[in-house]
Amino acid sequence: MAQIPVLELADAMYKMVKDTMGMKKWKATDLQKASIEMFGEDKVDKQLCKDAIKELVNNGRLVYTYFGGSYIEVPHVEGAAN
Amino acid sequence: MAVDKKYATPLLDELEKGEWPSFVKEIKSSAETNPMANDLLGLLEQSYTEKKGHWKHGGIVGVMGYGGGVIGRYTDLSEKFPSISHFHTMRVNQPSGWFYTSEALRTLCDIWDAHGSGLTNMHGSTGDIVFLGTRTEDLEPVFNKLTNAGFDLGGSGSDVRTPSCCCGKARCEWACYDTMALTHFITNKFQDELHRPAFPYKMKFKMSGCPNDCVASIARADISIIGTWRDEIQVDMAKVREYADNGTDIVKEIAMMCPGKCIEWDGKKLDIDNGSCRHCMHCINVMPKALAPGKDRGAVVLVGSKAPIVEGALLSSVMVPFIKFEEPFEESELWELIENMWDLWCEDGKNRERIGEFIQRVGMGNFLDAVGLEPQAEMVAHPRENPYIFYEEYFEEGEEVTK
Repeated sequence: MAQIPVLELADAMYKMVKDTMGMKKWKATDLQKASIEMFGEDKVDKQLCKDAIKELVNNGRLVYTYFGGSYIEVPHVEGAAN
Repeated sequence: MAVDKKYATPLLDELEKGEWPSFVKEIKSSAETNPMANDLLGLLEQSYTEKKGHWKHGGIVGVMGYGGGVIGRYTDLSEKFPSISHFHTMRVNQPSGWFYTSEALRTLCDIWDAHGSGLTNMHGSTGDIVFLGTRTEDLEPVFNKLTNAGFDLGGSGSDVRTPSCCCGKARCEWACYDTMALTHFITNKFQDELHRPAFPYKMKFKMSGCPNDCVASIARADISIIGTWRDEIQVDMAKVREYADNGTDIVKEIAMMCPGKCIEWDGKKLDIDNGSCRHCMHCINVMPKALAPGKDRGAVVLVGSKAPIVEGALLSSVMVPFIKFEEPFEESELWELIENMWDLWCEDGKNRERIGEFIQRVGMGNFLDAVGLEPQAEMVAHPRENPYIFYEEYFEEGEEVTK
């Protein structure tokens, strides 16, 4: 079965992150595992997940953050900057 | 730009005394023209007075598209020291072996004088060029100027950290493979992993040309690639005798200190049992004109060391006892092994668990099995201490063991 388009996966990932903002911190591998579970291994693989994350970060919809480890979040002003 | 406001710094002034270089002297020099460096002096003096740090760790600042290379820093005294309300660090990927032209260094310094505190670490403990202190709005302009000058940001966070190496064949006679070329190759091969953090925690490569391990790869890298040889140590017997004639006590200084106890000296002839050699380089270091590593050179690949932060220090363990590194590096079978290790670690590693800690948790045997490596004698650090080990492949349950 054909893989889903990368932009469709990117939108799904963005929704996962946005809907759980403040409740869950997502690592890249968490997003990958959740995406494969959501769409199935035949439609999503690791490389497609990497491409989707790259798409989201390159256009600024999501950003990498660091709090002990690296996470992927919706852009926001951090508390430490205040 | 002249800086008007000056801070009294009696405690810092103490650290200027003596003939050795002083970081206070450098900050003061920069503070003559740079308000950030000036406020840094004031803040540091206050920290020394109160015995308390005034920094906050930022976590979100960076340049577009990258997840590493910038470490956010803010002060909790931003009203008193407004110029350092933001004081972010930028890591710049250093060239292999830290070779620069003086013009390249001037370019880097000009960029930093224009957009930051003017203070740098050359180099940080990660190996990177470290730019100390800039504001969030200056990150992109610095990045643009750096890339125009042929530089790139290094790693930070849960990614491949900036690969680092010794000067190798560029300046050292002991290099058993081309550390600088391999480091350059690895930096380019793993660009995606370097700039887009996707691991449970950091992943450092360090390349050492010989077992002297001048860059401390075995103690400070998740993947340590250390040059070695698999034939016999090269011996120039005439030069050995010359060392002895000139006062080197070969028995005391070399034979008795050999960890493999594989060297004998009868006053005329040096015998080396190469099969028992631990490749520690001690004899070669004591008599560099007489001894040299063998001619069949390559590297040993070790995995799992780390500095003490979080869970305590670890040394690397042997994964590949000997591998040839010759160009084209792309054809090396090592990359498939590394991808296998990363897949396993990403799948089952805990958050902030280094790969060495992961191996300790799951057990080396299980790790080797999962990444498809056969156990080899060279992987064993010392004889087993636990007698309760069962060899399932030899004895099935209920099977009678014949003596």
